[in-house]
Amino acid sequence: MTIKRVLKQTALTAALVATPLAASAEEYHIGVTVPSADHGWTAGLLWWAQHATEELAEKHDDVSFTVLSASSGTAQVSNVEDLMIRDLDALVILPHNPATLQQVITEAYESGIYTVVVDRELEEPSQDVFLAGDNPGLGEVAARYMAEELGGEGNILVLEGPPIPINSQRVEAFNAVMADYPDINILDSQATDWNPQKALSVTEDLLGSNPQVDAIWAGDDDVLVSALRAVEENERDDVKLIVGGGGSQQVIEMIRNDHPVVRGTVTYPPNMIASAIALAVHGVKGERLGDMYHGVPSRVILAADLITGGNVEEFYQPEAAY
Amino acid sequence: MNDASNSKPMGQLGLQRLRRLPLNATILAPLLALIILFVLSSLASEYFFDARNISNVLRQVSYTGIIAIGMTFVIIAGGIDLSVGSMVALVGVLLLYVVNAIADPLQGVLLGMLAALVAGSLFGLFNGLLVTRGRMAAFVVTLASMSIFRSLALYLTDAGEVTTPNPLFSEIGGGYVLGLPIPVWTFFGLAAIAHVLLFHTPFGRHVCAVGANPQVARYAGIRVERVVLSTFVIAGICVGLSAIMLSSRLNSVSPSDAGYFYELDDIAAVVIGGTALSGGRGSVWGTVIGALILGIINNMLNLTGVSPYLQGLVKGAVILLAVLLQYRRTG
Repeated sequence: MTIKRVLKQTALTAALVATPLAASAEEYHIGVTVPSADHGWTAGLLWWAQHATEELAEKHDDVSFTVLSASSGTAQVSNVEDLMIRDLDALVILPHNPATLQQVITEAYESGIYTVVVDRELEEPSQDVFLAGDNPGLGEVAARYMAEELGGEGNILVLEGPPIPINSQRVEAFNAVMADYPDINILDSQATDWNPQKALSVTEDLLGSNPQVDAIWAGDDDVLVSALRAVEENERDDVKLIVGGGGSQQVIEMIRNDHPVVRGTVTYPPNMIASAIALAVHGVKGERLGDMYHGVPSRVILAADLITGGNVEEFYQPEAAY
Repeated sequence: MNDASNSKPMGQLGLQRLRRLPLNATILAPLLALIILFVLSSLASEYFFDARNISNVLRQVSYTGIIAIGMTFVIIAGGIDLSVGSMVALVGVLLLYVVNAIADPLQGVLLGMLAALVAGSLFGLFNGLLVTRGRMAAFVVTLASMSIFRSLALYLTDAGEVTTPNPLFSEIGGGYVLGLPIPVWTFFGLAAIAHVLLFHTPFGRHVCAVGANPQVARYAGIRVERVVLSTFVIAGICVGLSAIMLSSRLNSVSPSDAGYFYELDDIAAVVIGGTALSGGRGSVWGTVIGALILGIINNMLNLTGVSPYLQGLVKGAVILLAVLLQYRRTG
């Protein structure tokens, strides 16, 4: 092989790799990093991060944004390191797994970067703002709604998430409410890891071993869709109610169209990242929040809202990814 | 060009040709790609040549790079190791258990590091024995052990992250010597040792010969199985080193996350570096360059803020082009 050919081919390789960058002269640079879109909720997260940065960049012309996603905690450590190189003023991060990211977030925070941590709390707080959904609330609201719809009695299946603290907070709160209803019987509680495929097979198995099921709590809207499919395929008319969690557009669509079984879900909104980015914009500029007499609060917990036919229009955002 | 495929008439001749080939032409293409990438990167982003950025990139590369060096031996000998990523998680978990079990910080760190290297080499031995004694394809063996190692790591920890209160531990992966992070020194030091091992010892020549043609190597008096077994142990030791660097940099290990997809990054680094996936020839410095190319691409995509949806496409395209180059060269 000639040197010329080597040169030609390597040039081709390298040309594809490099993407030119328009240098930014804005006053504030805000970096956002989230887990990559590996399931419905995280896809929604990334969509909302990009949506919010586009909207906010139009509104605030002195702020520029960089949005990155990472397929693992270690990749996200690199994301933060790379962002910090670029004269970062604020960092908005939804950490893949808190302990893995602890060290590098602490480095960012201690170097004076305005830090907003979203959804998953660090063991040693290293942030200006922590923003999350209400995990116990999600379980509690779902349980109250189901108990009411069932008239205080019936057989329930619970489809849990992966074995992580967020999941146990939700399930424990759910069970605590259900303890007040002696006639509601939780038949089984199994992990689906919030994975649609696994949820489908777990629901099939659980339906097979339980002949009378009145309701299913899916805890996640992707899981709800799988559970519904298993119920329909097995022609189980005994299942009268399936309640989810999260607030995906697909499920909101079903509630809007008066689905006979899917009538309610509870929010754990992926657009929490959008609010976190907005908080970072005001926080880094040292502005007050709306008509508040204070700056950005150090801890923000978003409510777990029940979505039913009555209020579904408020949550309808057809172009969102989740 | 050198043709190290299976059609050697005589083992002696094959060995002699193998002895001559490494550095020059094989390494030229990836080296040029690296240089061009370097130039383009510094044009694309004003932040690229920042000393902090360069040392960050080198550190980001070192975790997978260290393993890729071990992987180079495995692949040259005609094997493959898909289990390295899961092995990082399992070794990392065991390492932190040892560090946490010993009260004295210094002793804890030293014994923990020793445990990581021993565990890594034992897991490598496990893979190697199944390939040689069990007479199974390396792909199948390591596909299975990939699943086994990850599962054990999850089981031991109940899928929770393991952290350590040991104040010395994070000094290894997080520390600097003469301006460069310790993982980077480890990476380059290991590369130098591996280079000598591969090109300046009988063992290295045996690895190449076994990968080029095991039958001929056997007739030439090489103990093929022992050589193959050693390459897996080398890969395991490299995994042990990488697990030390990674978990101490993060001061924690996540069993579901540590080493996630490292096997693919490592194979990509080896292939971009010009080592033939069919075995028989390759170079350590090529792998180092391959790992650097992957790391710089990641860094550039992050620095320039390319759409997160498109980053995978660019990485995939580079790997494809590198393999394309290789086919041209051997064809």
